[in-house]
Amino acid sequence: MRLFLQELVTGITTGALYGLVALGFSMVYGVLKLLNFAHGDLYMVGAYIGFFVIQWFGGAAHVNIPVPLLLVIMFVLAAVLVGGLGVAMERFAYRPLRDAGRIAPLITAIGISFFLENSALLLFGSQFREYNTPEFISLSSGIQVGLVTIDSVQIMVIVLALALMLGLRLVVNRTRLGRQMRAVAGDREAAEMLGINVNFTIAATFFLGAALAGMAGVMAGLLFNQVTNTIGFIAGLKAFTAAVVGGIGSLPGAVLGGFVIGLAEAFITGYVSSTYTNLLVFGLLIVVMLARPSGLLGRAQLQKV
Amino acid sequence: MSVYPQGPLGPQEPPDILENPPGSRGPRLGADEWVARQEGRREYLPSWLGEAQRVFERIGWWPRLAVAGLAGALLPSLGLGGFQLQVGIDALVIALLAVGLNIVVGWAGLLDLGYVAFFGFGAYGYALLSSGQIGSAGIHLPAIVSLPVMVIAAAILGLAVGLPSRRLIGDYLAIVTLFFGEAFVEFTNNVAPAKLGGPNGITGIDPIRSFGIQLTTNAGYYYLLVIVLVITMAVLRLLDTSRTGRAWRAVREDPLAAAAMTIPVNRVKLLAFACGAMVAALAGTIFAAQQTSVFPTDFDTPILILVYAALILGGSGSIAGAATGALVVMVIYDGLLRNATDAGFLFYGLILLTLLARLRPWRRLAAVLAATVALGFAAHAIAAAISNSAVAAGPGSGWLARHWVIVPANPQTPGNWGFVILVCMLIALVQVSTRWRTILMVPTIYLAAFVWETRLVVEPSITRQLLIGAILIVMMIARPQGLFGQRRVEAAL
Repeated sequence: MRLFLQELVTGITTGALYGLVALGFSMVYGVLKLLNFAHGDLYMVGAYIGFFVIQWFGGAAHVNIPVPLLLVIMFVLAAVLVGGLGVAMERFAYRPLRDAGRIAPLITAIGISFFLENSALLLFGSQFREYNTPEFISLSSGIQVGLVTIDSVQIMVIVLALALMLGLRLVVNRTRLGRQMRAVAGDREAAEMLGINVNFTIAATFFLGAALAGMAGVMAGLLFNQVTNTIGFIAGLKAFTAAVVGGIGSLPGAVLGGFVIGLAEAFITGYVSSTYTNLLVFGLLIVVMLARPSGLLGRAQLQKV
Repeated sequence: MSVYPQGPLGPQEPPDILENPPGSRGPRLGADEWVARQEGRREYLPSWLGEAQRVFERIGWWPRLAVAGLAGALLPSLGLGGFQLQVGIDALVIALLAVGLNIVVGWAGLLDLGYVAFFGFGAYGYALLSSGQIGSAGIHLPAIVSLPVMVIAAAILGLAVGLPSRRLIGDYLAIVTLFFGEAFVEFTNNVAPAKLGGPNGITGIDPIRSFGIQLTTNAGYYYLLVIVLVITMAVLRLLDTSRTGRAWRAVREDPLAAAAMTIPVNRVKLLAFACGAMVAALAGTIFAAQQTSVFPTDFDTPILILVYAALILGGSGSIAGAATGALVVMVIYDGLLRNATDAGFLFYGLILLTLLARLRPWRRLAAVLAATVALGFAAHAIAAAISNSAVAAGPGSGWLARHWVIVPANPQTPGNWGFVILVCMLIALVQVSTRWRTILMVPTIYLAAFVWETRLVVEPSITRQLLIGAILIVMMIARPQGLFGQRRVEAAL
């Protein structure tokens, strides 16, 4: 029972993280019908930014500003810089290909992912960078619920992720920008004719999605401690799985998919073996794709002639 | 007949007969005869280059292939050493893979991101069948048995992967195949370590041995690969012009219209999958036999991206393009590892070539080049005057690094910043107007040289990966038909 609950907490935490990355994925797919394979690498960049913020303020053991302030700086900086990177990516690589059919942007996305991964390798080397979270956020500062302990980093990740998801929902459903995003997702040409600045809307979508991925990267650094240039690819695949399982293009679906993948991964690791985690998660995706290609919450698309 | 049916200022009706430009020969523009001669309305290069292209195309495909094959076979006798021969073998394996991928992506238009798994499947299958891996004594099947067995098995696996995913269109197919590829790597890494060896792979694989011949030297594998590649290309060429080939292209262009024309769309897609898998597995078996060992990392994403880069560079949809693209990519890829001087020639040569090809008129080109050279010398002189450690290129570095590019004593951090700024500047270059682009180009080229001398040349194995990624991005934006492909003229003039 204790193992079950502990894995439940782990699963919800990582699920929240995957959900955040999957949200960006799904948003971009919604407006552009583009599978942005480079999305996972934005997460990796975010994790590196968090690491360097810790270094700038004295390193994990001797943080010279209040810890909450440090966390705020980490998240804000990661969100802004990674968001900017997402916009640059869209402007440079995807916009020229907007009307170029389906295959060309996918290949570009693979190229960007590969480029970002190797840029990080060139800039930061292949060694693991460690956040050393316990040095500035005490492990014992968590809460005890029944049999399990939830440490404060996990609480923070879950709360922040949920807050961001709710915030995104408000942005998409309540604001002018969100309405424009939904309009562009529905029919880009019609949206353009109605006077919506499509380029701006798409850029804003990329910014929001990338910013979420960047913040998820910082969370991953705090949670898993280790950052290297390849974490983006695997995390990207997982988030991708989450988005697809939930129904790609659907935002609640992305969050749900994130939790499904996070929990599946935690329970497989806890009860089966960590060796087979990735294999089983990928297998899950293939099964979902084949049985229900539109995902859990997605709607089957009619193919237009 | 009224002279001005729309009034004297109304739109003029186009003339019934399009006039040929003065001085041009051949049938009248737009006539059926003209369309027939244009063979699918291609776009040719301007001036004499286009003329040369036309002459080249008038030669039949098989003499061209034969000449290319002969040239390839004669290369080792020109004195290719051990390293060049290895590069040649790698290039031929990638060429074989690219030619196979071309069936799936180029002809049938199915984005298969798990293609390398079939390559790995062939290699691992051969490794199990023709080595001491299974049982106490091993199976040690001769290549003449295990090679066809693996090719057929790969075709069946291709069908098995394609069958459930045949209904998935576009993106969804890409997802399933991507995960199939990843699952293959995970599988070989983790499942049955006693048989598949886990991350340590399988070693001690038999060389190809049949009809009393045993291939043990690299030269032997080189010739074998040339023969296999030429035969594969010939078979594929025949396939391309057959009913099946036309059906593939019809399905790629419009599945619905193809179905209306009674083409069995699903079966045709599956066939493309299976054919691609067969070529990949064939490449895999030869690869395993030549390497005498296989590891999961040999079949991971970087190889997939390499094959895609080859296909995209050469021009997706053309057999010759795929093979040529593979050769070019591998020469760049492996050439970078060899030594700094060669890599430098390659790098500066590529920049110069790009400038020559893209910058018009020549006055702008000359101005940019002169300004870049001047900027380099000026910057170097200023940096040298300020501090000695700013221009402390090591004794092993080239002439450029000592006299033109600033290479500080501790180049890593400035080089890294340079790289970041360079990427920003490249993105900026695309956005600004032509005049600013010309002006910005000068510092960008200099910065590129700086980053090259400080960082990229130091880390050749990363640089070549970066280059492959950049090739994919830039080619898709600038020249989606590939370096050697021709764009089809969409509208009739």
